[in-house]
Amino acid sequence: MKNRWVLFVPLAVMGLLFGAFIYRLTTPAETLIQSQWIDKPMPLFDLPPATAGVEGLKSSQLADGKPRLVNVFASWCIPCRAEAPQLEALKAAGVPIDGIAIRDRPDDVAMFLNEYGNPFDRIGSDMQSSVQIALGSSGVPETFLIDGKGIIREQIQGVILADQVPEIVTKIEAMK
Amino acid sequence: MRLRLILFCLLGAFTLPLAAQDRLPPAPYAYQLLNDPAKEARAKALMEELRCLVCQGQSIADSDAPLAGDMRHEVRSKIAAGESPDAIKAWLVARYGNWVSYDPPFDGATALLWLGPLLFLAVGGWLAFGRFRRGASDGDDIA
Repeated sequence: MKNRWVLFVPLAVMGLLFGAFIYRLTTPAETLIQSQWIDKPMPLFDLPPATAGVEGLKSSQLADGKPRLVNVFASWCIPCRAEAPQLEALKAAGVPIDGIAIRDRPDDVAMFLNEYGNPFDRIGSDMQSSVQIALGSSGVPETFLIDGKGIIREQIQGVILADQVPEIVTKIEAMK
Repeated sequence: MRLRLILFCLLGAFTLPLAAQDRLPPAPYAYQLLNDPAKEARAKALMEELRCLVCQGQSIADSDAPLAGDMRHEVRSKIAAGESPDAIKAWLVARYGNWVSYDPPFDGATALLWLGPLLFLAVGGWLAFGRFRRGASDGDDIA
């Protein structure tokens, strides 16, 4: 009986399979769905103001030669509160920021701005997430880097952390 | 001690869930069917094939997440406006990638999935063929 080692092949295959299972159980797959709508023009939209005293947001306003951030947020989104200081820091560094409020009510947006500050030049109200879907965005907060021609250059998913701020400032500067 | 425990449990029962959701009513077409049954059937078939972005194991037809409701609204509005399901699917795939579809196309990433069964059949056939041939030449395997 030659090739006795062949008998161990099934055991080895099972070992590999279980190894794969254990690997995936301990390091779950990445569940962030990245937008594929990158290096493409901003979808066409015209959003009304999200609350009294702010300007609404039109896609045509995003192609005025000035690179900027478009922050997708909501007053009901708890991580967005944690992001507020970083947006303030970006604004202080001279980065223009526009906002899109998702499924939000004017009173709630006003309360949010009152409590966590208003770094936004304009805030459009996206009541049915239609602009969010057109952007390929799957949650809040998300931030899009837009160049002066209104082309989306990058998507940042989740809260912008303090140590990401200088990098974002540099990227926006580089687009000028 | 026991009273404190009971109070603690009661408090727990009345707290609001931590995961916040918006307070807006669902989009019009999130739960409302299209008037034209043929169009609704087309929308329904497409919605069952589209994956919810928030609750990732469900189709948008099955999910109660607000974003899934908004996606149903999007699909039904586009169908009502006369767009074809294929065009709507392509529109979404351009934004979210093939991930958003439960029926991804045959490509490099899915090739093994589609060809796997054929591969296993071929290996099985090859093994069986080897076995039969050996059986026939040895003769003594068969009683």
